[in-house]
Amino acid sequence: MELDPVLLSRLQFAFVIAFHILLPAFTVGLASYIVVLEGLYFWRGDSTYLRLSLFWTKMFAVSFGMGVVSGIVMPFQLGTNWSGLSDTAGNVLAPLLTYEGLIAFFLEAGFLGILLFGRKLVPQWVHLFAAVMVGSGTLFSSFWILSANSWMHTPAGYEIIDGRFFAKDWVDVIFNPSFPYRIAHTVTGFYITTAFVVVAVSAWHLRVGQHVAESRRAMSMGLGLLVLLVPLQIALGDAHGLNTLEHQPVKVAAMEGLWETQARAPAVLFAIPDSAGETNRFEVAIPGLASVYLTHDVNGVVKGLKAFPPGDRPPVGIVFWAFRVMVGVGVLMLTVVAWGAWLRIRGRMFESRAYLAVCNFMAPAGFVAVIAGWTVTEVGRQPWVVYGLLRTRDAISPSITGLDVLLSLLMYMAVYAVIFSAGVYYLFRIARAGPPTEVEAHDAKLSERPARPLSAADV
Amino acid sequence: MHIDLVPVWTLILAVGVFMYVLLDGFDLGVGILFPLARDDASRTLMMNSVAPIWDGNETWLILGGTALMAAFPLAFAIIIPALYFPILLMLLGLIFRGVAFEFRLKAHSGRRWWDRSFFTGSLVATFFQGVILGDYVQGFAVSGRHFAGGSFDWVKPFPLATGVGLLFGYGLLGATWLVMKTEGDLQARSRTQAKVCLLGVLAFIAMVSVWTPFLQPKITARWFTWPNMAYLAPVPIVTAAIAITLWRSLARGGEFIPFLASMGLFAMCYLGLGISVFPYVVPWTITLWDAASSPGSQAFLLVGTLVILPIVFMYTGWSYYVFRGKVRAELGYH
Repeated sequence: MELDPVLLSRLQFAFVIAFHILLPAFTVGLASYIVVLEGLYFWRGDSTYLRLSLFWTKMFAVSFGMGVVSGIVMPFQLGTNWSGLSDTAGNVLAPLLTYEGLIAFFLEAGFLGILLFGRKLVPQWVHLFAAVMVGSGTLFSSFWILSANSWMHTPAGYEIIDGRFFAKDWVDVIFNPSFPYRIAHTVTGFYITTAFVVVAVSAWHLRVGQHVAESRRAMSMGLGLLVLLVPLQIALGDAHGLNTLEHQPVKVAAMEGLWETQARAPAVLFAIPDSAGETNRFEVAIPGLASVYLTHDVNGVVKGLKAFPPGDRPPVGIVFWAFRVMVGVGVLMLTVVAWGAWLRIRGRMFESRAYLAVCNFMAPAGFVAVIAGWTVTEVGRQPWVVYGLLRTRDAISPSITGLDVLLSLLMYMAVYAVIFSAGVYYLFRIARAGPPTEVEAHDAKLSERPARPLSAADV
Repeated sequence: MHIDLVPVWTLILAVGVFMYVLLDGFDLGVGILFPLARDDASRTLMMNSVAPIWDGNETWLILGGTALMAAFPLAFAIIIPALYFPILLMLLGLIFRGVAFEFRLKAHSGRRWWDRSFFTGSLVATFFQGVILGDYVQGFAVSGRHFAGGSFDWVKPFPLATGVGLLFGYGLLGATWLVMKTEGDLQARSRTQAKVCLLGVLAFIAMVSVWTPFLQPKITARWFTWPNMAYLAPVPIVTAAIAITLWRSLARGGEFIPFLASMGLFAMCYLGLGISVFPYVVPWTITLWDAASSPGSQAFLLVGTLVILPIVFMYTGWSYYVFRGKVRAELGYH
């Protein structure tokens, strides 16, 4: 059997990025949450916030460590497996990635030591400042990475000389047409992911009947944020979808499972897309609905997959189903949040055991939605790596063989299996233990202010 | 008007890679020396001495990788696929040791496992960084804009030898770091380890100095022709002076000088490497100017870099300042 280095490299990239994105999906939101907790503790002096911050900082430390090491792998993928892309588009993409490294990663990694280990060594306001820097670092990271990613979806501000891309206008490159939608939708998704984990862990403690004060506070904060963000995310997703319809109509056709170009296009609820036969099997659809939400007009014409040559279509089944998973999880989230708001108004949120149990099981919801959404957008842009301009198969490193990539993929799988199971195991253990007791937190607080600023290390 | 930014970017990249080698060098070195520690308390101290800074250190590797892609994309597109397996194994090594920092603190029965993973990961990552160095000096097969060799071209005596050499090098950095950061028995043992590593490093410097001229006539021409010989004579002389200072300071109980001198030794070797390969960025076919990205890309990134890099240096320094002094057992997070 012939091993295809392109397919294997795609699988490898999908594998390493899927595992990596789970961590920023959690840590971007968590870093901001820690900033809020530290800030509230700083201004209000309520030690409940301190105990929550100590607890979630532990969770952050483990996830961030895993994020760093799985993140180092990413830029090297562009060289080891996709040197064609580096050579062709390096002039445009690499400065964006380097800015990410420069601004964001240093901000995170430089101040992370202070955030995690420095509570006793620096005054409280410096510690809060370190938390703010780590939090903003994660957001800057998202900014630059998603800018580079968006440019590959909707290239702008470039010229092509001798088959290679060069930047003409950096503002157009950075703020390319899909970037504002992508970053809004992605970062909101990250915040929602974190909030559901916070809510789920708090709900679990409340079910068991431990750390009641802290868990009630955290659950209120989490659900309060979700009441705002989940509806907002649905609106942002709609806007992002319309932007995709404008720039990548074939992706939207795959998401919708539409083969024919038509007015009154149906919203396909269930189907098994058959790419070879260019049709759907077992289709269940609501007539006219897709035209309504895609064109905001029931008679609006939506392009179908057949309007594009077969060689320019993405794998339809994966995109179609990943999209349904994402939307399904979104609807589930909205239901849980609405239920929570209703219980809250009636003052029964912490008493309803059924609701606490449901919240508990929502812990992975955000991660599932992020991975599914990522799959929709990245598989949906195939067969292009730079949309409409550079095909994925032309971006491969010419020197690598299928066997090379098979070996490396197997090694990544083996290592990630060990690392990620251990990481999840330790996260569960920290989560179960919960926030520190009054006494433990008091110890941390007592030694928190050294006699002189920055002097404790010499004692 | 047109300013040639290639020398500026060469300098920035050279400094970035050197920062990585120095900073991650000593914390990888601590990992290599890990199994030589007498007991669990010593291992905890060793790990705590680098725990607050290791991820900042590894950030320089990301910067090195992306800055190479940004400033010299052609070099990135040729060198990185040529080093497919050494880079893969280096990354997997870094993953194993990186997670060990956090997992070790969380583990109860699994602690020994993460101790081993910290050591093995550090060892593997260092060895393959050495292989990368050796393969780089040996040069890459290039055709057009691609690497034209095979994925196992690095399995040759010279790269494997430099892999072993770098184990001693990072070991030296790690041991002298521990001399500076610890006290008592652990410090005394680190002092002995530093001496052993120094002897190893000097043996490798001598071996590489004899070996490389045979590998590549361009290196011979650079170092052993008149008048280059006269201009470059200070390099071996200063290197020897630093090595002697290091040895004597270790013997006399110096605490800070050994670490400083070890870094100096690395700086001289790095300078020697630079002198050997200049002006190539892909030895021995593609020069810095051939591989450079467009002046527009280099200028765009330079603006930010010149603002950010000094700030990065400042707060890297500040982080080290906060965690200065001897490391103690209770420095865990709470």
